[in-house]
Amino acid sequence: MSDHSMQRQSLMSARGLTKRFGGLAAVNDVSLDLWLGHIHAVIGPNGAGKSTLTNLLSGDLPPTSGTITLDGHNITGWTPEKISGHRLGRSYQKTNIFTTFSVWDNVRLAAQSRVQPSPFNPLGWFRSAAKMTAVNQRAERAIELAGLQNRRHAMAGATSHGEQRQLEIAMTLATEPLVLLLDEPLAGMGQAEAESMVQLLLRLKKDHAMMLVEHDIDAIFTLADHLTVMVNGQVIASDVPAVVRADAGVQAAYLGEETHETVGEEH
Amino acid sequence: MSTPQIHLETLPRSIQLVMTLGFLALAAFPFVGSDFYSAMVVRMMILAIFAMSLDLLQGVTGLVSLGHAAYFGLAGYVLAFITPQNEAISLYTSLPLAVGGAALAALVIGFLVVRTHGIYFIMVTMAFAQMVFFIFFDNKALGGSDGLFLNFRPDAGVIDLENKQVFYYFTLGCLLAVYGFLRRLLWSPFGRALSGIRVNEHRMRALGFNTFSHKLAAFTLAGALAGLAGYLWAAQSGFVNPELMGFHMSAHAIMMVILGGMGNFAGAIVGALSFEYLLHIFKDLPDVGEFKTGKHWQMWMGLFIVALIIFAPKGILGVISRTFGGSAERKESGHE
Amino acid sequence: MDFVNFLIQLLNSVQYGLLLFMLAAGLTLIFGIMGVVNLAHGSFYMLGAYLAWSLAAQLGSFTLAIVVGTALSVGFGLLLERLLFRYFYQRDHLDQVLLTFGLIYVFEELRSMVWGDDVHGLPVPDLLAASIPLTDNLSYPVYRLFMSGVCLVLALGLYLLISKTRLGMKIRAGAFNREMTESLGINIRLIHSVVFALGIGLASIAGMIAAPVSSVYPNMGSQVLIMCFVVVVIGGIGSVRGALIAALLVGLVDTFGKVLLPQASGMLVYVLMAAVLLYKPEGLFKQ
Repeated sequence: MSDHSMQRQSLMSARGLTKRFGGLAAVNDVSLDLWLGHIHAVIGPNGAGKSTLTNLLSGDLPPTSGTITLDGHNITGWTPEKISGHRLGRSYQKTNIFTTFSVWDNVRLAAQSRVQPSPFNPLGWFRSAAKMTAVNQRAERAIELAGLQNRRHAMAGATSHGEQRQLEIAMTLATEPLVLLLDEPLAGMGQAEAESMVQLLLRLKKDHAMMLVEHDIDAIFTLADHLTVMVNGQVIASDVPAVVRADAGVQAAYLGEETHETVGEEH
Repeated sequence: MSTPQIHLETLPRSIQLVMTLGFLALAAFPFVGSDFYSAMVVRMMILAIFAMSLDLLQGVTGLVSLGHAAYFGLAGYVLAFITPQNEAISLYTSLPLAVGGAALAALVIGFLVVRTHGIYFIMVTMAFAQMVFFIFFDNKALGGSDGLFLNFRPDAGVIDLENKQVFYYFTLGCLLAVYGFLRRLLWSPFGRALSGIRVNEHRMRALGFNTFSHKLAAFTLAGALAGLAGYLWAAQSGFVNPELMGFHMSAHAIMMVILGGMGNFAGAIVGALSFEYLLHIFKDLPDVGEFKTGKHWQMWMGLFIVALIIFAPKGILGVISRTFGGSAERKESGHE
Repeated sequence: MDFVNFLIQLLNSVQYGLLLFMLAAGLTLIFGIMGVVNLAHGSFYMLGAYLAWSLAAQLGSFTLAIVVGTALSVGFGLLLERLLFRYFYQRDHLDQVLLTFGLIYVFEELRSMVWGDDVHGLPVPDLLAASIPLTDNLSYPVYRLFMSGVCLVLALGLYLLISKTRLGMKIRAGAFNREMTESLGINIRLIHSVVFALGIGLASIAGMIAAPVSSVYPNMGSQVLIMCFVVVVIGGIGSVRGALIAALLVGLVDTFGKVLLPQASGMLVYVLMAAVLLYKPEGLFKQ
């Protein structure tokens, strides 16, 4: 690891993270760090355990062993809602929105999570949700960041795939997280949409600690400050992109095929 | 629930008109209807409150409870127990006690069942409700299978509930209050969260919502409102028995909500009124020769339910909405 | 409690548990493989009982009644599956609950029209009417042992079918992944019909053999349905093994509970269910 990252306090870290399903270790002794202002990309072939890793970090799955720390707290075994409350936001590979709500309602509800009153508090039964100004402002910001202003009234399930991916991000951003776990945000996007998403991610970098799981190698090398390669649940390389790229083992296991596919790749 | 449905949360104009006319008709009814039919309408209104309470759970939050009648019956039993033999009990003490009792039961049972999902939830709600049923059915001290009688309606001071018309308007008042409350709740942050849980609970958790406590609160509140209906039922009929808490009662409630259309409370009212009226029609069917058609009302009811599920799963309001237009899709949120 | 009494209660527990297993296994299989919740499952138990009673009287033989009765109820079940249930495999659970609830009403009425509303007893067949003496004044009815025996044989048969035969393999595959199974050329519709027939058959036979002991009366299906649900919840949906263990557990708790704590008797099973829910909301052996 480079010296710079060692000195900076990581906002989120995992140590020795393992997840077994029966006899199979989907994630095996994985450690990583996320720093403010950095994008840490995680790549690897299908089945490498990347999504499982994301699920472990977000609390969707409990680890078999290992620890996870978020902003100084040991969050191992915490529920997803508790982790979200500590400013972690995550987007999903398989679009996970409220299909029958409008785009606006999706984002508004996400923003509402930050000030949700206790459900047993009667005051929360009489207020008008639509008139919660701070919530509306937060939602508006998120919609603008994701570029969905013109689609706010559309039913989420009726929008295009690319718009749904944007909505996926908007909802995550509406919770104003500090740490972002993004699972294949570019999946299935056309060229133009992918480029604006990459631009968005670069804008977000400054104020967030980001983990990015992706397959799009070009985007990875544009975005990543740090790169971890996973194969069969284990980390086979973790360093700055230039170093990882040159690693023979990585090339053999994964990058080899990828670099042959891309034409006119940048350096 | 496996398939997310677009619910008519924002009532289209056609439905709003129907509801307004309906409430006016209810208000005018005692002046035109006989005592017999007025009493029937009171029962319908009480069942409408019961149905709305279930709609909160089922239509809004997506929790299908096959045991909701437990809270309806419990509140009725509380009133039956605390009403003395020789005089009336005050409304102002008995109502909070009954509703509170139902709410407490819902809180306890809810704590156990709300952690289950899908088909488990359906089964455990049914199981716990049957447990409550058997507690009362098997215990002579609690009235047993014969049930309990109430000799007096609650004493509300200036409001004389023993007077049929007064009781009618008291019930109508409760109906309107509950409807107004629930419509308000639907658009509150709590209501929005419940809708979100119905559509995608997993994402709600990921967004930071404590879905367990939200579902529990909905379960408890629904139980409390069912308790209000049960209290009124006991007060009106003067009699409670374990059937009020039974599986059939719970299933009737589900039917009413489905028949009217789920998720907006208006449907629950329409469904309750229609269902009761339908039941009345089936039971009163004229004999065809030797065949006692009315006696076999359960058959017609059963076939009707089967036909409803096959052909009109969105219920009456769905049909009205489709026929008379008025957008079923949600445009601007937060406006009725 | 002395040993003999303990033995009697134990035998009763096992008998009750195995009977519940017959019903729960069918319910859990049908749900696990087709995703259908069938509230009318208890109606087939009732159908079995009424068929046993009426056929035994007409045919003069209990054994013959069981054979014919099973054939009739399975046939009826298959008809139902083909005409109605198969359109509901993909529908909401709520729709299935309501559909089958409506069917309960229809079946109860049909029963009322065909056989009336009276309670009927069914005499235990002569061959099995003996009792095994245990002490000077206590003996155990052979028929109850027979009931347990039948259930055990059927349970074993079910186990062998599911785990050792090709049909069983196809059934398990169908539960696991419908589309994949279909693309492999396996006739999934046939599998569904077979599973449905199996479930219905088990429920009917349970009703038939229980009839001499429990009598034949209206609404007998609903009562046993609740216990069936409790068993499935405790055991875990889709797990036949879970259903067996849960059924025996329920049998034990219910039987011994009624003897040791008569005031709380009916409640104990629900307390057990509540405890399982707190510890494992998806059942003990969830797949």
